[in-house]
Amino acid sequence: MVNYVIKRVLLAILTIFVIATLVFVLSRAIPGGPFDRERPLPPTVIENLNRKYGLDQPLFNQYLLFMRNVAVLDFGISYHLLGDETVNELIARTFPVSCLVGVWAFALAVLCGIPFGIISALMENRPPDVFFKIMTTLFISIPSFVVAALLQYTLAVRLGWLPVAMWGSWKQVVMPVIALSAGPLATITRFTRASMREVLDSDYIRTARAKGASSFTVTYVHALRNALLPIVTVAGPMFISIIGGSLVIERIFALPGLGWRLVQAITGRDYSVIMGLTIFYAILLIAILLVVDLLYAFIDPRIKISQGSRSSEGGD
Amino acid sequence: MEEQQNLSFRRVPQEERKTDTILRPPSTYLKDSLYNLSKNPLGMIGTTVIIFMILFAIFGPIVLPYSYDQQNLRNNFQPPSAEHWMGTDNLGRDMTVRIAYGARISLQVGFTASLLSLTIGIFYGAISGFIGGNTDLVMMRFVEIISSVPQILYIILLSQVMPKGEITNIIYVIGLTGWMQTARVVRGDVFSLKTREYVLAARVSGVSNFGIISKHLIPNAIGPIIVSLTMSVPGAIFNEAALRFIGAVGTTIPSWGDLARDGMGAIRSSPHLTIYPSLFISVTILAFTLLSDALQQAFDPKKR
Amino acid sequence: MNQRVLLEVSELKKYFLIKKDEGLFSQTVPLKAVDGVSFTLHENETLGLVGESGCGKTTLGRTVIRLYEPTGGSIVFDGQEIADLSAKELLPSRRKMHMIFQDPYSSLSPRMNVTEIISESMENDASIGPRERKDRVLELLALVGLNSDHANRFPHEFSGGQRQRIGIARSLAANPKFIVCDEPISALDVSIQAQVVNLLKEIQESHNVAYLFIAHDLSMVQYISDRIGVMYMGHLVELASSSTLMQHPLHPYAQALISSIPVADPHTERTKTRIAISGEIPSLINPPSGCAFRTRCPRVGTLCDQVTPELKEIDADHHVACHLYDK
Repeated sequence: MVNYVIKRVLLAILTIFVIATLVFVLSRAIPGGPFDRERPLPPTVIENLNRKYGLDQPLFNQYLLFMRNVAVLDFGISYHLLGDETVNELIARTFPVSCLVGVWAFALAVLCGIPFGIISALMENRPPDVFFKIMTTLFISIPSFVVAALLQYTLAVRLGWLPVAMWGSWKQVVMPVIALSAGPLATITRFTRASMREVLDSDYIRTARAKGASSFTVTYVHALRNALLPIVTVAGPMFISIIGGSLVIERIFALPGLGWRLVQAITGRDYSVIMGLTIFYAILLIAILLVVDLLYAFIDPRIKISQGSRSSEGGD
Repeated sequence: MEEQQNLSFRRVPQEERKTDTILRPPSTYLKDSLYNLSKNPLGMIGTTVIIFMILFAIFGPIVLPYSYDQQNLRNNFQPPSAEHWMGTDNLGRDMTVRIAYGARISLQVGFTASLLSLTIGIFYGAISGFIGGNTDLVMMRFVEIISSVPQILYIILLSQVMPKGEITNIIYVIGLTGWMQTARVVRGDVFSLKTREYVLAARVSGVSNFGIISKHLIPNAIGPIIVSLTMSVPGAIFNEAALRFIGAVGTTIPSWGDLARDGMGAIRSSPHLTIYPSLFISVTILAFTLLSDALQQAFDPKKR
Repeated sequence: MNQRVLLEVSELKKYFLIKKDEGLFSQTVPLKAVDGVSFTLHENETLGLVGESGCGKTTLGRTVIRLYEPTGGSIVFDGQEIADLSAKELLPSRRKMHMIFQDPYSSLSPRMNVTEIISESMENDASIGPRERKDRVLELLALVGLNSDHANRFPHEFSGGQRQRIGIARSLAANPKFIVCDEPISALDVSIQAQVVNLLKEIQESHNVAYLFIAHDLSMVQYISDRIGVMYMGHLVELASSSTLMQHPLHPYAQALISSIPVADPHTERTKTRIAISGEIPSLINPPSGCAFRTRCPRVGTLCDQVTPELKEIDADHHVACHLYDK
């Protein structure tokens, strides 16, 4: 058991370094530099700036410096911001916004998705199930930005209930959260339904019923516990897609969050911001995935038992 | 015991027994599965919609009387009418034609990019699963690692590396970043199939490793592969649209994502400019999702 | 038996490496599935191989035919050493040997039709051209009792017995001299078993094939085999002609096995002496020292935990590996 934990942690650290290297290579591969402007700056100015930020050093030295910084979590300075704000401070400023929206979206997806899925499973093929099937199919197919645009149009423009965009009051969080949670909600609903159904149809549930356990006990005690377990496995990829989705949603609703800043940095070639934010996201994601993995290992007794000998080929 | 004279039974001699005759016509796994598919109404709806989209993309621009950049400034911001089925945009260009052209781009990217992902995924997964051992472990760990990053982030980063405005580049970018799921699925199947007895029989017959992979392992993993394909097409279409929408790329002929983005600015006065492209994107993705669901059920070996 | 020797196996070993997780580092220990087996097989002969599950008989069959790489020992087939040949060098020998598998439901590829399945074993043989192959497929189908209607059909359209017959046809396609039959009838209904075994016998006579017949049903093995070998935990413990083994088994394990065969006569069945073996089969990763059977042997002696007994010829064509018979 301890081995498993150690292995996963080591793997997580390795992942962070691989991603960091990948990001470094990619961001350096982008043509142009952080100091390109519409009207080009005089070459000497560019030279000086490059020297100041160490951009004239050979690439490998830059890489080593970069890795050292990653290790100590120092993400340096933005090349564009004229103030003295470091990337770390940028993160501190923008992350809470993204975090809030993301967490609410996740919560909404889970808190609604699981009950929807259960209802759907219990009422197989009856009206509620059909309704949910249609709803989830729609939510999976309609891209999040379309949902966002639709919400904006109906709720903000036409009905005026909510402000169109920007950040400030709780009202401005509603639409982004709904838009971001639509896809994950559908996924969780479907997954819960499938999982519940599989468990409800299984032999050991039939046995419990045959022994006379009441419907209530059967459903809520036996089935639920087993059905919810696989959902933990979906949690990881869902976080990944929520973070991905936020890149688009923040743009549409003009939210001052990490995602939107990252896209700006990429199109503006702001190296340090690109790398800093991406690494930050990577670390965040990997930490979440690690927690999910470990949680799953704790819950699923089969993993604990299988930590003995494993054979590669059997003999007879 | 009385002798019964009028027995209606008689012994059937061995030759007359037709124990070895098979009555129904021969059919392959593929035929069976396609038959199952045709019985699925949602799957058929999905297929029909897709076919319609393809026809619209090919013939729309030919049949419609306008070209995609034909401007008529006095006629701008028109709502849908008999002349312009989907209205006109800010420069008076006919939206229907523009959406048809957009269909060409979005569908092209969708199909080609996912074909690229599929190919990479199949090779990677088959090789990893077949070789097994430590190679497999490392290869799959690598997939796990690079899957930690949302695909769209890779796409945004890569799209900046490629020169803008080329449709092939977008295809590469989406194709090169979406193969991981297919690789996992193929590797799983190949890994479990390679110990099947018919694979051993092929080895005893002297079939080469390449022969075994191509003639036995991949064909027998075809079910999940096809499902994977139909799931990655909508993903590719979505990614392409999302990429355009946030403005990271653009081509001369706009795709659905471009059109949707352009329409956002006038959303109060002329919502049709955003709604139609978005509708087309959503419906296409929906059609593929329905088809993919139906295919999954059709290829399910338990139902045969 | 004056036929010439087709296959000579000497001290064949096959070990599998098993990972055992201890702490942060995993150890690999060898699982000794086949641990020093020697025997000869003559042309046209059937050598039966019996033993309980896990004794190594399937592994032995697969190693002899080079599906597995031998860990040690030698295999001389048709006069040529094949234990250490590369895959390419092995191809000519592959034409002369083939295998029939146990599970009719997984030994035929679901995606290939019958013709393709049978033709596959002929691919290695360049001397058979495409048109000849088609004819040959039909020939083989007729031989195993199927007809030309079946040639374009797919495995899922056949019953278990029919599939096994297709498997037999496949193994014969390249005219091999040697076929390993790995429990070919265990998965079939009893009535079909008899059909298939008779078919195998007919084919042996008409095609001059030698069989290594691996099974655990002793009465069936006796029916088809000229000689029988008994395996236990990776070792060959007794090897004798069919009738000799059934009537005078010498090794305690063989004796127990033979005594457990049900006899059709109730009186005999009730009054015969049954030798029971206690205990369970020990671990193959950590086998007992000396004789592997000593932990369950009713006649275990003092030498048994120190020296591993070798297979020695005690009588005419009767080999035993047991200290009881050391002279």
